[in-house]
Amino acid sequence: MPLLEFTDKGIYCAAGRFYVDPWLPVDDAVITHAHADHAYTGHKRYLAHHLSREVLLYRLGDITLQTVEYGETVFKNGVAITLFPAGHVIGSAQIKIEHKGEIWVVSGDYKVEDDGVCTPFEPVQCHHFISECTFGMPVYKWKPQPEVFAEVNSWWQNNVQNNLATVIVGYSLGKAQRILQNLNLDIGNVYTHGVIENTNEALRRNGIVLNPTHRITQESVKEEVRKGIIIAPPSSVGTPWMRKFAPYSFGYCSGWMTIRGAKRRRAADRGFVLSDHADWTGLISAIDATRCESVYLTHGSTATFSKYLSEIGFDAHEVHTLYGTDEDDAPAQTTETKIADNNSQEPAESMANEGGEA
Amino acid sequence: MKSFAQLFTSLDETNKTNEKVKVLKEYFACVPDTDKMHMLALFTGRRPKRQINSTQFRLWAIEASGIPAWLFEESYHVVGDLSETVALLLPDHKNTSSKTLTEWIADINSLTTKTEEEKHAWLLQSWAELSAQERFVFNKILMGSFRVGVSQNLVIKALADVAELDAATLTHRLMGNWTAETYQFAELSHADTALEDVSRPYPFFLAYPVQETSEKQKTPDAMQDLLGDASVWQAEWKWDGIRAQLIKRKGEIFIWSRGEDLATDKFPELHPFLNELPDGTVIDGEILSFRNGLPLPFAILQTRIGRKTLSKKILEDSPVALIAYDCLEFNGEDIRSKTQTERRQLLQQLQAASSFQTVFNISALINFSSWQELSEIREQSRAMIAEGIMLKRKDAHYQVGRRRGDWWKWKIDPLSVDAVMIYAQKGHGRRADLYTDYTFAVWDGDKLVPFAKAYSGLTDAEINKVDAFVKRNTLEKFGPVRTVKPQLVFEIGFEGINKSTRHKSGVALRFPRILRWRHDKPKEEADTIETLKALLNDNE
Repeated sequence: MPLLEFTDKGIYCAAGRFYVDPWLPVDDAVITHAHADHAYTGHKRYLAHHLSREVLLYRLGDITLQTVEYGETVFKNGVAITLFPAGHVIGSAQIKIEHKGEIWVVSGDYKVEDDGVCTPFEPVQCHHFISECTFGMPVYKWKPQPEVFAEVNSWWQNNVQNNLATVIVGYSLGKAQRILQNLNLDIGNVYTHGVIENTNEALRRNGIVLNPTHRITQESVKEEVRKGIIIAPPSSVGTPWMRKFAPYSFGYCSGWMTIRGAKRRRAADRGFVLSDHADWTGLISAIDATRCESVYLTHGSTATFSKYLSEIGFDAHEVHTLYGTDEDDAPAQTTETKIADNNSQEPAESMANEGGEA
Repeated sequence: MKSFAQLFTSLDETNKTNEKVKVLKEYFACVPDTDKMHMLALFTGRRPKRQINSTQFRLWAIEASGIPAWLFEESYHVVGDLSETVALLLPDHKNTSSKTLTEWIADINSLTTKTEEEKHAWLLQSWAELSAQERFVFNKILMGSFRVGVSQNLVIKALADVAELDAATLTHRLMGNWTAETYQFAELSHADTALEDVSRPYPFFLAYPVQETSEKQKTPDAMQDLLGDASVWQAEWKWDGIRAQLIKRKGEIFIWSRGEDLATDKFPELHPFLNELPDGTVIDGEILSFRNGLPLPFAILQTRIGRKTLSKKILEDSPVALIAYDCLEFNGEDIRSKTQTERRQLLQQLQAASSFQTVFNISALINFSSWQELSEIREQSRAMIAEGIMLKRKDAHYQVGRRRGDWWKWKIDPLSVDAVMIYAQKGHGRRADLYTDYTFAVWDGDKLVPFAKAYSGLTDAEINKVDAFVKRNTLEKFGPVRTVKPQLVFEIGFEGINKSTRHKSGVALRFPRILRWRHDKPKEEADTIETLKALLNDNE
């Protein structure tokens, strides 16, 4: 029997009697990161990284939570569990599970580029690697982060000159902080939607040092806010809350912005290709670096990506999970949330993020 | 090419009209005149001839991107646009190019004498010196698929400001048969009209719909509110043929379709009548197939559109004739600023002098004294082989483009049936990676027969729901097409129905589209093939 198996509740380790990122209530859950498609409510005990603590408590309420450092090993029923940085968002981890010489790694979500905000991704050698592949299509290739933020900052500067307010949209855990830490604060102040600021506050309680932000409240002076930049969640797009800052230019940060059609559907003034997931080459290099015997693909372009990996010599398998959304649902599904509910990109994450907070 | 690619990107990045005009003006201000003309040609749908076919293009793109062919195809389905897919898949460019738009298009045109090997080498070399943004626009131009989400009106507005000309004059000078290679910016912007091309048509005046959707029928009272007193309006049938402008100048004749295609050769039956007209005559009208002096449905005309040569049989069976609407030039004088009534008198004068009155018809006026009466007459449209009624204010000038106010079209309700969606395919462009193209079926006994494809008519929110349904209810995949569980019922509207030997259902529809999603109907209550066949009989 393999050390990990895929069950209808999530990824299960029978020897250790625990689950990784289960979506139905279980006794013992090891959590890769605090996005809601990975950290569900209702488990008896949670294990996660230190830096996920405050966000998990804020989102899931009063849970029984044990947190550990990267590289620190804990045992459950004799099975060794060690967390390694996944580079996805602050506190995100890959879960290494070792028992009787057999090693599995569950990636959760990850990116390989160092974003300067969360601990950079670290490849972990293993026999079996369970990987995401949200952007597992060769059209997805990210530009280096400094290039993207040079575009963002010059767009902001330009808006200020043209007397346009600047609204930049990204989901509240991860993208929002990445944007915040890379803005050129000489241009102006940073204002945040309440949903974003709640997450920022949770991270600050966790000891993370973020650039100064101003929460937008009833008392905020509209003319001041319009001179700065507003970081807003996808759910606020097109709402009266956002419209009161008009005229504005609205930029959307997401990996899906690679595709012109996706950008046009969102009617964003600017689409910035910025993702917290690995791109095509990032995924392949990350999988290769694990030197794994088999790779299991849980969400994203699983069918296409596993077929390609098999062709270049990997033992690759598709697995159905509730992470992200399934195979080709991801990009379109996101649109659905956006248009129908004014939610958006990186669907599960954004819905998740906003779900408990709005 | 850099400035042109940047222009395209900047236009893509804003939804605001003023911003678009500003970007266009900046472009005009910074590029050489030859580039301006090429830009205008591209933005008005005058694309260079395609020199590389799409099989070669795909093959060479697959080679340059270093991925397997199947993965290329999968990527194409995600992106929904071939030029964009290629632009995204190619490796980063090694070099840069400072060639202008004019030089690139000259390069493309020169491929016509090149061997396949030379084309291959040229394309790989070109890709290697263009950024992803430039490659996208370059691919679009190369593959003859360049389109831009900016109306010609905006481009002309921007150019009019830069060239200090009025927009209507510019619109007129950009009509017709010119190429960027031969038409110079100085000619375009110069006030001297002696340079005018004899073939150049006037911009068409287009009617505005009285009702935006077929579900909101206008009552006679509502017509009164919208248009005022019936006595200031003239009414005609709205004929369903090919809208055309017919020109006789300096002994030459020209027939232009509304899409600005020169179609003189397609309608030889009209030549004798046109040749007889006095020089300096321009007529606006509708070309239709006729039999025994009566107009035939559009489907008959359709069989001869697009044919390179017209067989004797076609010319005998369904010859075309003109139903004239308007006269735009009389005795060499532009009379567009005369009133509707005055222009009509001149048109009648021309027709009265013609020895080809079976070919040169005039659209008859409908006698009516109230909106009530006209709305009753409108019910006979289908029997008249007309699409509804046209309303023209008696003192209207002949204007440029689609304008509210003086010309209105009051179309009849579409025919409709309730049908079950059975196949779905992903869309393109703005609808890339979403299932938006559907095939519908009606019952034939206990089987569903497909009879129509429709793409439009749902709101974005509805499309997302259907998309989610398709993904969860796929029965089979055939390439990009998915067979879905028959369950969703839609009301499908269409303008006409005809027998077809090419379709399984035996019928072909004109302008099928989704009128609404029938959440209230189970699939068992969708219409049957007999319903369609009954409509077919009514139509004949």
